[in-house]
Order: sequence, then C-alpha cells, then structure tokens
Amino acid sequence: MELRICHLYPDLLNLYGDRGNVMTLIRRAQWRGIRALVLEARLGDPVDPRAGDLFFIGGGEDRQQRLAAPDLREVKGTALREAAQDGAAILAVCGGYQLLGRYYRPAEGPDLEGLGLLDLHTVHPGPGARRLIGNIVVRESGTGRILVGFENHGGRTYLGPGARPIGTAVVGFGNNGQDRGEGAVWRSVYGTYLHGPLLPKNPWLADELIASALRRRYGQVELAPLPDVEEHAAAVAAAARAGARGLTWPGTRNPEAAA
Amino acid sequence: MRETAAITAARLVASLCRLTRLGGGTTLPGRVAAMLWPGLIPGLSARLAGGVVLISGTNGKTTTARSLAGILDAAGISVVHNRAGANLLSGIATALAAHASRRGQTRADVGLFEVDEATLPAAVEATRPRVVVLLNLFRDQLDRYGEIDLVAERWRHALAALPPESALAYNADDPMVADLCRAREGRVLAFGLEDVPRSDTRTLEHAADARYCYRCGRPYEYSLITLGHMGHYRCPGCGAARTAPQVRAREVRLHGADGGAAAIVHDGAQIPVATVLPGLYNIYDVTAAAAAGLALGIAPEAVARGIAATAPAFGRGERVGLEGRDALMLLAKNPAGFNEVLRTVLLAEAAPVVLIAINDLIADGRDISWLWDVDFEMLAERARAVVTTGLRAEDMALRLKYAGLETGRMSVERDGERALAAARQLLREGERLYILPTYTAMLHLREILARRGAVRGFWKD
Repeated sequence: MELRICHLYPDLLNLYGDRGNVMTLIRRAQWRGIRALVLEARLGDPVDPRAGDLFFIGGGEDRQQRLAAPDLREVKGTALREAAQDGAAILAVCGGYQLLGRYYRPAEGPDLEGLGLLDLHTVHPGPGARRLIGNIVVRESGTGRILVGFENHGGRTYLGPGARPIGTAVVGFGNNGQDRGEGAVWRSVYGTYLHGPLLPKNPWLADELIASALRRRYGQVELAPLPDVEEHAAAVAAAARAGARGLTWPGTRNPEAAA
Repeated sequence: MRETAAITAARLVASLCRLTRLGGGTTLPGRVAAMLWPGLIPGLSARLAGGVVLISGTNGKTTTARSLAGILDAAGISVVHNRAGANLLSGIATALAAHASRRGQTRADVGLFEVDEATLPAAVEATRPRVVVLLNLFRDQLDRYGEIDLVAERWRHALAALPPESALAYNADDPMVADLCRAREGRVLAFGLEDVPRSDTRTLEHAADARYCYRCGRPYEYSLITLGHMGHYRCPGCGAARTAPQVRAREVRLHGADGGAAAIVHDGAQIPVATVLPGLYNIYDVTAAAAAGLALGIAPEAVARGIAATAPAFGRGERVGLEGRDALMLLAKNPAGFNEVLRTVLLAEAAPVVLIAINDLIADGRDISWLWDVDFEMLAERARAVVTTGLRAEDMALRLKYAGLETGRMSVERDGERALAAARQLLREGERLYILPTYTAMLHLREILARRGAVRGFWKD
C-alpha cells in the first residue's frame, strides 16, 4: 500500500513548523509498513486530482497568502474540488484554512477570494483588533475526542450551513472567539486554526486522514493501532499547560496516568 | 533635582532587587527612574561624549554587544552597557542610571545597548545613536510580535528616524535586512561572510524565512548559503542581489566547541581575528562587532585584541562544571539559532550526550511550534543520549521521536534538578554534556548551577 501525500506550497505556506504535520503522516504510515510518497506542488504547478489522496496546506503571513490565493483558485482549484468530491482527505491550517473558504476580508484592502471548498468566510475586524493567540484545547463534536494546539490569528471565521465545526473550544478562542466553534469539516476536508504541528500531538486526526486517503485508493482499510505513548504524554502535558482541567480522553488507555 | 531623585531611586531599587532576590534588578530600577524623569534616556544618552551604539536582530544581540564591549575595552574606551541582556527601554534606562553620578553626569564614554527588535524605533528616537548595528531577521516568537514582516516594517521606521550623521552597520548576507538598508545614505558599513569552512556544505533549511524576493516574489538563487536564509543571494527575476560589503570575513575556520577564526578585510587592510566563541553564528557576531568598532574609528589592532579577549556571555557557549564533568551551555531560542547550535555540537562530538530544556514562558515565546522547524534529524542520527526537560519536555521528546530517536536513547525529566542529575549519570569519563536551553530554561538551569557555585549570577556576569 502507498499513502500519497500532496503538500501544497511547502516553501510558501510553512509558517510555525507546519511541516511537522507532513512528517507525522509519513512516519505513521511507515510504522505500519505503508509506503509514503510526498509530492510537492508550488506556485504555478498544476495538480493531478488522482496523484494525491491527502492534501496538506499550511499557514502563511498576509504577503504569502496574497501570492497563494490566485494560484489556488486558478491553477489548482478544479483538481482540488474534484479530489475532495471523490473522497480525498484535505487538511488546511490557519492561513490555508482561510483560503479554503469563500473569501477573506483583510484589515485593509480588497477582499481575497478563496477556493470556496468549505462553506465559510473570514473577516479581519481591523488593524487595531486583537489577535486571537494562545494555547487551545478542542473537544470534537460527537466523539468527545480531544485536540490540543496553539492558535494565532487575526481573522474571525464564520461557518455557513454547508460546513460544521470540528468541535468546541474548551480553552482558547477557536474560529471567531464568539461561538466557541473551532475548525470546519465537510466530507474529508478539515480546516483548523490549530496551527503548525497539529498532528503529532493529535494522532487520532492523523490516522483519520491517513485512513480516508487509503480508502479512496484501496477501498476498506483497517489501520493497525500504534502505542502512541509519547504522543499522549505530550497531549496531556499540553492540555494541562493550557489550563484545561478534568478532561476525559476517549479512545486512549488512560493517558493521564502516563503523565 | 528630578534627575538626582530618579538616579537615587534607581540605585535604591537595584539594591533592593538584589537583597530580596527579586532577580538581577536589570529592568525595574530603570522603570522607576523613568517615571520620576521621563527624559532620562535622551538626557543621559546626550551626555555620552562617544555617543550610543544600538545593536538589534533576532540572533546574536548579546554576543555582538559583548564583543564590541571587548573591542572598546581594548581601545581604552569606557562603556555603559546593558550586559545582562535586558533589551527593552527599561533595561537601557537601568544601565544609564547605574552609570550616572547623582547629579546626572555619566561616567562612560560610549553607550552600548542591545535592543529588542520591536523596540528599535523607540530606542533610536530616545538615544539618537551614533551607530546602529542590524544583525539579522529570523523567525522568532511570532506569538509576541505577530509576523516577521511587521518587525521589518518597524525597522524601516527606525531607519527613517535615524539622524543623517549616524553610521549604519548591517548584515549584507540577510536579504531582508539588506533590502531595508540598501537605500540608506551617509556612512554605511555592510558586513558579511565571504566563505564558510569547506566541511560545512549547506542547503536551505526548512526554517529559512526570506526565500522569496522582497521586490518581485521570485525565489532567490544562492551561490553560497552561510546560515539559515543568509548568504550570497540573487533574484533571477528582478536582479536584486547581495552587494559586496565593506567589512568581509574571509578564510572562516571553526574549531568545534572551542571557537573559530577568520580574516576580516576592510579598506584594504586585513585583520586576523580568533575567538573562543563557538559556531558560525558567532563568526557573524564577531564580524558585526568589528564593523561597529571600525565605524567608531577604532584601530584594527584593538579590534582584533578585543575580539580575542571576549568570553562567552551567560548561557551562550558558557562552560560550567558538573560534578567532575564539563558541560557547555548553548542558548537556542529559535529554529535558525537551534540549527547552528546543533551543527556546533555535532562538529565537536561524534556521539554527543545532550540535555534539551524547552520552556514556553513569554520570554521564550509561548508557542513551541517552532521545534518542528529545527532539523533535529541530524541530532537523532548521532546522539548517544538525549534528556529533555522544561515546561515542554514532553513536546521535545515527541519531536525527537519523529526525528528518528528511539526511546532507548531518550529520557524525559520535567524537573531541572533531576534532569541535570540524569544527564550527569549518563556521562562517561572525559565526556562533556551539551545543554541546549531556551531563554528562561537557561536562566532556570543556571540558577540551579549557581546554587552549587558552578556559575555566577547572570547580572554579575
């Protein structure tokens, strides 16, 4: 079996250790005897919707985002839409998350048109508005699984009826600092403000993305469980550092004890 | 009257800080004094006959300032200097007040201040410096400053406010810094490296920040990469390129953990310099200090002597004793700095024993995502053992796991005291421990070591 990852704008949108996510996907495939292949698509490179089953888009500063937005729409847009419809997994963090929405309204200047793959839009409330910065802990809707990370964004994101949040911010701001929702999901497309190395400490999300990607190519796939001792220790320590108390960690063998 | 009150108050607060062990008293005295006399920094700066030198940049501020202090000392010039690295206005005010007589007369010729990147515009305005030294701009603590472009924008304002007669020394190898400085008229001393040791072939790191041309957006081409995104760059699109600097370090040599050497060329003269400071990043710092020294009109001979006499600043290549073994503490605050520190360790040792201490307090940057931009793979390949500690010890261990370090070569001890003990236990006869801490983790470990008498308090260093 082969996991085909397509890393979009690896050198342009790579703020805050975003590449940690790709490293995590590669290792977790390899640990299970699955070959991992990474294709890189930069500015101007067209994308073959069948060449990759898992697309990753990182974050960037305003300047990089302005460079990436037209390329994402005009060069890669059709292929990404087709891949997503067809069940490919997409993970977009921070700036990349905003670009998957309908538009981004910056503090100053004209709107930046997004890909419209996720039913959401983002508004920056103005140059004087405070950035939403800090440790964040999210409880996934339905399953109660936990995501831990760090957020740092000026834009406030509002979801339309076609997307649902990944979960609720237990600690931190999330999408807009008002409705406590964090991230957005549609099919296997995930967008989130948990920036940088989101997947290392949240291996369940990494595995869900890997499983979706493999299913698209090979049909039904069961991923062998991994011990994840260091992953859980780091997640529990990070949640405690964020000030989250009394969390339950579904699907893991009492990680609090491991800490 | 007001001046006397302010200076007296600063002294009193400084003594109290030390008596009550509130820390080194490197910022509070200045804050109190500036409340009593808001014009303290401009007032005392203007009384320095030799003027003020400001040094800013993401990496190397403290070491560059120390090296320049060494050069000034060799030239017989007395300085007032925020040596302990308190680099906001409060730290500058504290240093100035401590060096003034009660009547407000300064006892130094030159003011030598390292300045936080974001504070540079305010510091330029307050001190009207004779020389400004701009070292580099790397990704660092984005949670505190927003984005790196914002820091560049602040520097643009600082340069616009710089008096026309001031001299500017800047790093010609950093595309972003050079782009900010290129238009500056008047006295300019750009500095840069002409080569790196042959064993040290480099490729662009993941942490590189300025890979795209600031003018046209095309990726730069490099004929030489020195450190991070720095080197001999050229944009194939618009032709923006490194211009030959006035102060050039040639024949760069590195001697593992024991320092390095280079020949600094300026105005037809060649100044051979040797330093005990380890790593290529310190060659940059020393070259920057030389450029600043030359800008102040100091003789080449004194520049070389001052650099040779400069010892590492606290935690930056500092050697400490650890129960019969040696330890070397190498501060690592951000991806570019950490990569250089790892290269220095691996140059010195085939299979090093390493203690990595990661904190996420405000002075470290609360966001530790940057650990994933550091190329720990090079360490995982060769380390004999790694102990991780600090508030984010578990995050560090996880990073090492994905870098390929097996659990058998790794242990986690969140407590600093226990981590030092665990690391000490691992050391064989003649082996040295490499301690790689973030800023507050470094202060914490030094505090433990100071209690044992192994190091001095950072404010005395």
